[in-house]
Amino acid sequence: MIDSKIPPGPLDQKWTYYKGHCKLVNPANKRKLEVIVIGTGLAGASAAASLGELGYQVKAFCFQDSPRRAHSIAAQGGINAAKNYQNDGDSVFRLFYDTIKGGDYRAREANVHRLAEVSVNIIDQCVAQGVPFAREYGGLLSNRSFGGTQVQRTFYAAGQTGQQLLIGAYQALERQVALGNVKMYSRHEMLDIVIIDGKCRGVICRNLVTGELERHFGHAVLLCSGGYGNVFYLSTNAMGSNVTAIWKAHRKGAYFGNPCFTQIHPTCIPVSGDHQSKLTLMSESLRNDGRIWVPKKKGDTRKPNEIPEDERDYYLERRYPAFGNLVPRDVASRAAKERCDAGYGVGSSKQAVYLDYAAAIIRYGKIECGKQGITNPTEEQIRTLGKQVVKEKYGNLFDMYQKITGEDPYEVPMRIYPAVHYTMGGLWVDYELMTTVPGLYALGEANFSDHGANRLGASALMQGLADGYFVIPYTIGNYLADEIRTASISTDHPAFVEAEKQVSDRINCLMSIQGKQSPESFHKRLGKIMWDKCGMARNAEGLKQAITEIQELRKEFWSDLRVTGTIHEYNPELDKANRVADFMELGELMCIDALHRNESCGGHFREESQTEDGEAKRDDANFSYVAAWEWKGDSQWQLHKEELHFEVAKPSQRSYK
Amino acid sequence: MEHYTMNLTLKVWRQKNSQDKGRFETYEVKNISSEMSFLEMFDVLNEQLIAEGKDPIAFDHDCREGICGMCSMYINGRPHGPWQHNTVCQLHMRAYKDGDTIVVEPWRAKAFPVIKDLVVDRSAFDRIIQAGGYISVNTGNAVDANAIPIEKEKADAAFAAAACIGCGACVAACKNSSAMLFLSAKVSHLALLPQGEPERKTRVLNMVAQMDKEGFGSCTFTEACEAVCPKGISVTNISRLNKEYLVAGLTEDKR
Repeated sequence: MIDSKIPPGPLDQKWTYYKGHCKLVNPANKRKLEVIVIGTGLAGASAAASLGELGYQVKAFCFQDSPRRAHSIAAQGGINAAKNYQNDGDSVFRLFYDTIKGGDYRAREANVHRLAEVSVNIIDQCVAQGVPFAREYGGLLSNRSFGGTQVQRTFYAAGQTGQQLLIGAYQALERQVALGNVKMYSRHEMLDIVIIDGKCRGVICRNLVTGELERHFGHAVLLCSGGYGNVFYLSTNAMGSNVTAIWKAHRKGAYFGNPCFTQIHPTCIPVSGDHQSKLTLMSESLRNDGRIWVPKKKGDTRKPNEIPEDERDYYLERRYPAFGNLVPRDVASRAAKERCDAGYGVGSSKQAVYLDYAAAIIRYGKIECGKQGITNPTEEQIRTLGKQVVKEKYGNLFDMYQKITGEDPYEVPMRIYPAVHYTMGGLWVDYELMTTVPGLYALGEANFSDHGANRLGASALMQGLADGYFVIPYTIGNYLADEIRTASISTDHPAFVEAEKQVSDRINCLMSIQGKQSPESFHKRLGKIMWDKCGMARNAEGLKQAITEIQELRKEFWSDLRVTGTIHEYNPELDKANRVADFMELGELMCIDALHRNESCGGHFREESQTEDGEAKRDDANFSYVAAWEWKGDSQWQLHKEELHFEVAKPSQRSYK
Repeated sequence: MEHYTMNLTLKVWRQKNSQDKGRFETYEVKNISSEMSFLEMFDVLNEQLIAEGKDPIAFDHDCREGICGMCSMYINGRPHGPWQHNTVCQLHMRAYKDGDTIVVEPWRAKAFPVIKDLVVDRSAFDRIIQAGGYISVNTGNAVDANAIPIEKEKADAAFAAAACIGCGACVAACKNSSAMLFLSAKVSHLALLPQGEPERKTRVLNMVAQMDKEGFGSCTFTEACEAVCPKGISVTNISRLNKEYLVAGLTEDKR
């Protein structure tokens, strides 16, 4: 049995209880303890900065050229917090409940409640750091709505919320670097963890500029390396986002939780051709004001503006009147796929739906005319003023759309289609964010913990910062308090030597294949298998085929890969080969997990398990657990189950109708 | 948009490492779609080079949606290419036509040494931030976020400055390789907010000192930086920086 170490007491008292009873490390001892942080996104940068402030000796690593570039930076829409500044009925309980329900009852109650509790502190902390959130004319903070909720609790900075939050955390991190509490290693990639006497004691990293392998000791290691959506090749992730750090940990004993839980985001710019290297998200905040529709007539080839109002099918408003265009992501994505599969898709590929701002422009324009005292405004005046309001709210997103597609979204509706965006799965962690390897932690998207089978919009930023700023500073002390007598272990220890040799052997192996195909070409093929058979809809037969196909692809990879260049130089091809090799193993596990979970829940939609009107049908009697997979060797895993107990938020069929 | 394909000639800077002298090499690419991004065109070229057993061109890139600041190509004499308010990753091939010749170089500045081909070392920017580009507030001792109202105009101006993605195009465009636009954006962001007030003077003095130490040139206000900035950071930030620096220099106690 795996122990999630949930503290005793009523749900809303657990975190308070924990904080009052966990062990502490005194300042003199903190100075002697070393902590390694892998990744410098919201979770990693906030953790490294906070632990540095506490006095631990921290080493932080990122593969980018600067910690400020981690992919948290691309988050657009906002960050949730139960501040109830809008007086619209929000509370910690509501945020907790929405998150559990949005996750389709596949997350751990105690973790989610803690997340909702600390959400309010995050906003305070960020504002104190100078994060320029949007404000009202009175000088107070502004909020907007997001999917899956009926209150306005999302804080934002135009369409660049992730950037502003990350810059805040990055600045806090650089301050600790200047103070000497954190040592920063950019252009470094973690390639293995080191375990000594059953505890994680360090990492092996590769300096990506020189190709040298390095050994680093730590009393504890924090993996904050983000999600693995790039297993699908095309996703909204950055090109460098990868699974390698958590996969290496998985192979060394850390269980992998719910690997198949993938979030497909409903509003992305559609694929334009085979050359496509990544997909671009259009923020969910656009669903606040935009209306999603397809023509009522199949295969309608008219231009969108030529289709009259009564010949448009606003299918989300039709199917889900209570939430309309603001249903959760999984529901919106499937609804778009359903319309396109049924032949109502638009654009040249027919794999797209419209996101239309015409109505919002008119609505805002009329309000502005009223404000400015313009009586009997012309249509042109209304449109001009309305466009100005929309530009202020979403300008940078509209610009981005125009740059990519060459179309003007103020004049014609945007074309959107779902794309892989986020992975709810990740390393299994207990309440303290520790994996099944003692001393090894996973924070942010790298862990599986808080979002169940579907994440609500604006909750990823919240979780990353909650883990880094407000959770790990307490929970790591509870472990390190027992480590104060452990002196730094020399990196000449046989465990370090052995781990480095394994890494080195594998790199030599990749370089020596000398086949014909590039890492990129294998990645593309893997992505296609995953998207076709383990994507938005999954069935047993397809998943079984996918497992076989991935195994065959892996064999081909290890016999026909070509990596150009040499080991001891800056070599992005080698970096990529290393990552693709891990993605292939992960892809197989994701299919195995998706196959075993014979129910639909959140983003995991098994075609065999749906209601009469095509909604996801959960099977609580058989699957109300976290699937935690233990690595047992090539293509072999053992399933462990963490049963989920819902004492407060009683599971019900999710309804947004 | 009408779709078309094109054949192009590329002259690309190749440099094995920081010691290598470097040179231009010429490549031909065929059937490039007008819907590709510039970096996707480079992906095609690199796959072509790999197939020929040659070393692909190293270039920095990550998010490919114009926000991480990693991509950095100097295209036909202009950082990030011909489009206004744009990064290379968001430049699309419809900007070019069949038969065009395109010259691609790395950022060129003493403070940004070349690592390989089109990849440069921009860690000088991190060290400038370390010199004071932050507000000293430890986790946990913040007051309620709405305790200090901030005028919308000031908050918006701070946001506009904070939109800097740290790509370094301003330095690459400047004939003096000055980092003043980058530095002024950070100083402005924090000086415009009440939270930044306590460290306002030491921040600007220390950050400017670090900039000089890194080997960036002086500002002669040609405004080339603003013209190429992907985020449209305004040179009025440089004016604000000069004011902040002057006031701090005149009133700060000698240390």
